[in-house]
Amino acid sequence: MPRVQFTRHLARYFPALRDGEFDGATLAEVVAAIDRAHPGLGGYVLDDRGAVRKHVNVFIGDDLLRDRERLDEPLPPGVTVSIFQALSGG
Amino acid sequence: MSATLVLGTKKGLLVLERGASGWRSRALQHGGIHVSLALHDARTGTLWAALDHGHWGVKLSRSKDGGETWTEVAPPRYPEGTITPCTQKPAALRYVYAFQPGRPEEPGRLYVGTVPGGLFVSDDDGASFTLDRALFDHPTRGEWGQGGKDFDEPGLHSVVVDPRDGRKVLVGISSAGVMRTTDGGETWAPSNRGLKNSYLPDPDAAVGHDPHLVMACAAEPDVVWQQNHCGVFRSTDGGATWTDIGQAKGPVGFGFPIAADARDPARAWVVPATSDERRYAVGGALCVARTDDGGASWSVLRDGLPQEDCYDVTYRHALDARGDTVAFGTTTGNLYVSEDRGERWRCLGSNFPPITSVRFA
Repeated sequence: MPRVQFTRHLARYFPALRDGEFDGATLAEVVAAIDRAHPGLGGYVLDDRGAVRKHVNVFIGDDLLRDRERLDEPLPPGVTVSIFQALSGG
Repeated sequence: MSATLVLGTKKGLLVLERGASGWRSRALQHGGIHVSLALHDARTGTLWAALDHGHWGVKLSRSKDGGETWTEVAPPRYPEGTITPCTQKPAALRYVYAFQPGRPEEPGRLYVGTVPGGLFVSDDDGASFTLDRALFDHPTRGEWGQGGKDFDEPGLHSVVVDPRDGRKVLVGISSAGVMRTTDGGETWAPSNRGLKNSYLPDPDAAVGHDPHLVMACAAEPDVVWQQNHCGVFRSTDGGATWTDIGQAKGPVGFGFPIAADARDPARAWVVPATSDERRYAVGGALCVARTDDGGASWSVLRDGLPQEDCYDVTYRHALDARGDTVAFGTTTGNLYVSEDRGERWRCLGSNFPPITSVRFA
């Protein structure tokens, strides 16, 4: 089961949010599981079309997710998914 | 007198209250978050805030205790498969540009206008929203331009509901114009006769106009005002035809907001700005203009407003009037209030964040 770590900024809107395991074979399924546990959180990570928001960065292990629209690739077993905010510099 | 102002700013929401000792600001809410629009729904006593998170998307939030505590409300969502005609991309909510409570007879009704140009309607006080497909898929949609707050899609910023008949609604859309329904949103038609434009080959085009804000007189709803990209216009027939009431030699011409007096159909206020290519206070001096005769003449009001080195602009939702009290806020973070219909102004603060909306509660 993937382990997910979150930027602490999300805790402002979801105070009960903790890093932990969320079930899913793909990123789309993991985000759906996160949204079930914390209703509404999926809409913070993905836009109306189901794509990762422009200013959100998702890492699969150490690798930045490049295709922000296709979230149905199988995740490596036991991988850590990181959901961070993107920096725009400055 | 007592009065309450609700401010939406780049860095949160502020409530200012006027008591016996003057205006006082309460603690900042939604600190650090751009509040694109904030207002008080007099029917329910609810404070609403449209939030434009830099990272996390557009959200709605409401408070039932005057702004002490807030609850997030799921924002309108474009149905899967909806395509924005001008970009041919799947539609996604990018900005809440209008938030309009319905009539008192329809207590649960809310209208939300958005970039990319969609109108959403709720009949359960925001628990759910439905996209008006007839407007979004309108046959003229392909001719709507791009525009509205730096987006490459149209922005629906004005919703004007006829208080006598809720099926009659005007909407104002940047780079499209005014659209009108008389059947509760089942059919829509352009309502731009008499408007000017200086940027289309056909100055009398049915669509492609650029209203910046559209507002009716509450007491006489057939009188509708609009501050447009190309001037100021007034209608006395519910928006069917428009008359240019701007000043050829200024300053009343370009600008973003307009406020209609609720009772007197001949009175309105604008905050002029220098031409569309510059967009700051005319001549580096801030003024408000008021007409008391339906736009035949304007009083240019400057008492108490900075008259040099001033580059403020007032956004479309950042001017409001309640009786004799008028308030506006600027991109430079200045907030001004007049209690005599604009004759004299007082600055309530010069260090606010850039102000996007000003509404009396």
